[in-house]
Parts: sequence; C-alpha cells; structure tokens
Amino acid sequence: MRALDTLWFQVAGTICNITCTHCFISCSPKNRSHEMLSLTDVETRLAEARLLGVRDYYFTGGEPFMNRDMLPILAATLRQGPATVLTNGMLLRKEVCAELRRLSDESEYSLDIRVSLDGFDRESHDAIRGAGVWDRVMIGFRNLADAGINPVITVTEAADGVGSNEGRARFLEIIRSFGFDKPRLKVLALFRIGAEETRTRAYESWERLTIDGMSEADADVLQCSTSRMVTSKGVYVCPILIEQSAAKMGETIAETLRPFPLAYGACHTCWVDGVSCRT
Amino acid sequence: MNKLSPQSSVLSPSTRIALIGGIYSNYQALVATLSDIAHRGADATYFLGDLGAFGPHPDRVPALLIERGIPGIQGNYEESLASGASDCNCGYTDPRDNVYAQLSYDYTSEHTSNAYKQWMGTLPKQLRLDVDRKRVLLSHGSPRRINEFLWRSTSPDPFLARLCDEHDADVIVCTHTGLHWHKALGDGCHVVNAGVIGRPANDGRTNVWYTMLTIANDDVAAEFIPIDYDHAALAREMREERLPEEFIETIETGWWTTCLEALPPKERARGRF
Ligand code: SF4
Ligand code: SF4
Ligand SMILES: [Fe+2]
Repeated sequence: MRALDTLWFQVAGTICNITCTHCFISCSPKNRSHEMLSLTDVETRLAEARLLGVRDYYFTGGEPFMNRDMLPILAATLRQGPATVLTNGMLLRKEVCAELRRLSDESEYSLDIRVSLDGFDRESHDAIRGAGVWDRVMIGFRNLADAGINPVITVTEAADGVGSNEGRARFLEIIRSFGFDKPRLKVLALFRIGAEETRTRAYESWERLTIDGMSEADADVLQCSTSRMVTSKGVYVCPILIEQSAAKMGETIAETLRPFPLAYGACHTCWVDGVSCRT
Repeated sequence: MNKLSPQSSVLSPSTRIALIGGIYSNYQALVATLSDIAHRGADATYFLGDLGAFGPHPDRVPALLIERGIPGIQGNYEESLASGASDCNCGYTDPRDNVYAQLSYDYTSEHTSNAYKQWMGTLPKQLRLDVDRKRVLLSHGSPRRINEFLWRSTSPDPFLARLCDEHDADVIVCTHTGLHWHKALGDGCHVVNAGVIGRPANDGRTNVWYTMLTIANDDVAAEFIPIDYDHAALAREMREERLPEEFIETIETGWWTTCLEALPPKERARGRF
C-alpha cells in the first residue's frame, strides 16, 4: 500500500433500487449482504480518517441516495474533506439537488456527483439497467442542472463507440442538451487501465498482470494501493472485493494499512469487472 | 544547499522569499515579475518549475533565469525535457486535455536547445530551506509526486498536515495547478500553492500571480501579488508561432479554455468553460 488517500463508503450497503445485469456485486432492493451505514457509522470513520490524513471520500452502494441519511452524511463529510458520490441518477429529486447545492456552497471542499450511464440512448442504457431507468435519469439530470450542479457523466467505452472522438463529441452535445454548459464526460475503458490507454494496450497489461510483472504505474492505478473501503461489516481492501471475506482486513481503518496478500491474484475482478459503480 | 542560513534571521526581523510558479514560456510576465520583486525587495527568489508550455520561444526563460542567477527546481516539464520523454507528464486523464498538452509539449521540446535541456536535468527536484527555524520545502506538484495536483478544494487540512509530517516540513510550497492558495494548518504548518505566472488564474483577468512568502517570529504569511504585463505582445508572438488559438484566448481573456477536466468541481464552477 502506498498511502491511504481515498476512503470509500459502501454507504447504501448492497441495496439498490434497480438490478443492472452487469452489477458484479448483484445489488438489488433485497440484497442485505452489506447493510446501510448510519450517520454515526460514517462520523466514527471520519474521525479515524482525520487522524490518518485521508485526502478524499467516495460514496457508493448500491444506490447511495437510497440511504435516508445520505444528505447529513455528506454534510458531515464535507466539513472534513472533498466528497464524491457515485449514483445511478434515479433519485435526484429537485429538493435533493437543491440541498446538494447548498452543502456544496457551504463547504470549502468540492462535492462531486458521478452519474453512470451504460449508453447514450434509452435502448442501450435500459437494456442493461432496466426499462424506464433512462427517463428517470434524464429527470435527475435536469434537476441537477437546475440546481447548478455539474456532474461527471461516466460511460463505458463499450457503449456505441463513445471511445472514439466522434462518439465523444456526439455525447458531449447530448450532455449539453441536458443543460450542462461545461459538460464533464468520463469514458471508462472496458478493461480498466490507465484512463487514456487503448484497449489493445490493456490486453497486454492484463497479461502482464500475473504478479511480478506489474510496473509501478500499473500498481498505482489499483485502488488497493491508495484506498480502503468501509462497509457495515468492517474495513475491506478495496471497493471491488467486498463480497470476499478474505478481503476484509480489519475493524479499524488503521489496522488495514498494510499490504494485501491476495491483491495481485484478485486483480482479475479488478480489471475485468472493476467498471460500473466503482470507478 | 541554499542561500538562507538560520543566521540570516538574526540580521533581518523577517525573511521574504519570492516564489515564481509555472512560467510556461511567458517571458513578458517573467520580466515584469522580476522587476516587481526587485522593486518590493526580497531576500531570495526561487522558481518552482515548468519553465515551458503554452507560450512561444521556450529558450528565453531559462536564458533569463540563468543570467540573473535565480535558483529553482524542476517541474514535470523540465523532467520530461531533460530525459527526452515523449510527453509532459502533466497528469491529465482527459483525451482533449492531453491533445492540447501534447501540442505545447511538442512545440516546447522542439524549440528548446539541448544545452538548456541538459541544464534542466541538473536542477534539483525539491529544495529545502531553513528560514527562521521554519523548514520550508519547495516542490513542484507535491512533495511526493512531481505531477500531483494540489487544488484547494481537494486538499483537506488533515491530508496537508500528513504531507507536512511525512516530509519533515513546516511550510510546503508547490505550483503545477495554476491556481494559488494558502492554508494555515492548526499545528503551525502551512501549505502554499504559489500559483503561476505563465497564464492567468481562470478569473477573467489577464494578470498573473506570484507569491511573496514572509517568515518572521514563527509567523508565516503568503502574499499573492498580481502582475500586469504586456499580454498583447505575448499573444502576438504566440500567433506568429502558430500556437493554438485556444491558448491565446486564455492569455487575452483570463479564462482557461484547455486542461479543464483536471479541475475539481469547485474550481471548475468559477471559470467560464
Ligand atoms: S451497477 Fe450500480 S446501479 Fe446497477 S444495480 Fe449495481 S449498484 Fe445498482
Ligand atoms: S481487486 Fe485486487 S488488485 Fe484490484 S483494487 Fe482490489 S485488491 Fe487491489
Ligand atoms: Fe507542472
């Protein structure tokens, strides 16, 4: 482990309002494998993180806005550092967006909202995420835009050529049409590697990924070298492996700041399925 | 290693250090900055790296710095140029950002003479000063990575305190992002991003900024000093060199037009683009 820069919170446990076909931890309205975190849970962790000098905080699930405490949790976090929320964009009601804007304005730190899409039209998106999801997300975008919050929109490269320049340009136009005049688009490589590298290159890295051959740069992009994940069950090595009991490294954050022995063997999951709600 | 020994505090009640962040080949701004420093008076002046990028005729800045005997450290630009790397290692992840970063790097690399590239390689990557018993650490991105972005809105106090602690510094100085700020941490430590004189601070004004660090009686103050310079002349030369119109627009309007995706939401919201 290089340094603990990022602390993740599995803030909604494995509870989600939808059931994407590609969700590798199979989140659903009924999956209670990890429970929601309470405001007190998060505050306890923030106190630990303060002593460890953590740089930023990421919230995921499941769907973070399924957690009733989400706004107070963000308020508490933003008093201490910058926060990023990874959301499917379906629960961004007007009042929620207005409150997010207020929290963001009041903090000296940045609040970032990331909405993941699986395509840039209703058909491709809903094929993966479920019927009607696209339309709900569009309402969420409009509410964010009205509140003056500029989210990062993440799309996987697999979606209809967004990886190409024309694909990007087309998609940026779509984001503008939602009302965001400074569109922020992040295209995630399907095989997760340094963001601007190509898929061919990814495949080579993938092959090298058998333990010793990893370069320092490769190791740096692995979340386990700079982050840890807090869930209702304890502290895990990374956001990817929360369904593996061996990936739970301890009860306190401090006791998990050691190398993770399984890390390189488990990279399979990291590189192949790491995309979706965790990037 | 440095000109400031602890004894210098005996002679002067306070020590003033002028800090010049990224210069980006903005020769006009460098001339104006140096004359402002001379006018105000400083006990020492340091540059913090990234002498090239964006601007025209990259040989003029190192020539002037060497002529004036100003010490300083490498930025990611100098590290790349000295090692013959194929890109600036600016640390951007967005493809459009990288396209523009590559344009400036290729231009700069092509127009920097080998002698200066070699000289860049001889510059230290960090400098430690001992000023009035304060341990000052000059770095480019951060003390741990030459291209780390230390933005104000994503650098919380506990994290900065950890950096100070891990790097044995009471005052950490950096640049690289282009936006200046100063945070006094509760425990007497300070982190100062000195800003840059290479391009405006994305605030709709054409001036650039350097930093005067004053250390006296356990007190650390950072004054950010706006510098007006002949930006029209710079813009003219950039056009003559056929540098991207987007870069020139920034010089003329004070708004950043490129390398925007690295900005955190708070900093991004303040700009026009
Ligand atoms: S991928 Fe994300 S939005 Fe989809 S079911 Fe999983 S947690 Fe929910
Ligand atoms: S899946 Fe393995 S390699 Fe990837 S971040 Fe987690 S522990 Fe590290
Ligand atoms: Fe830099």
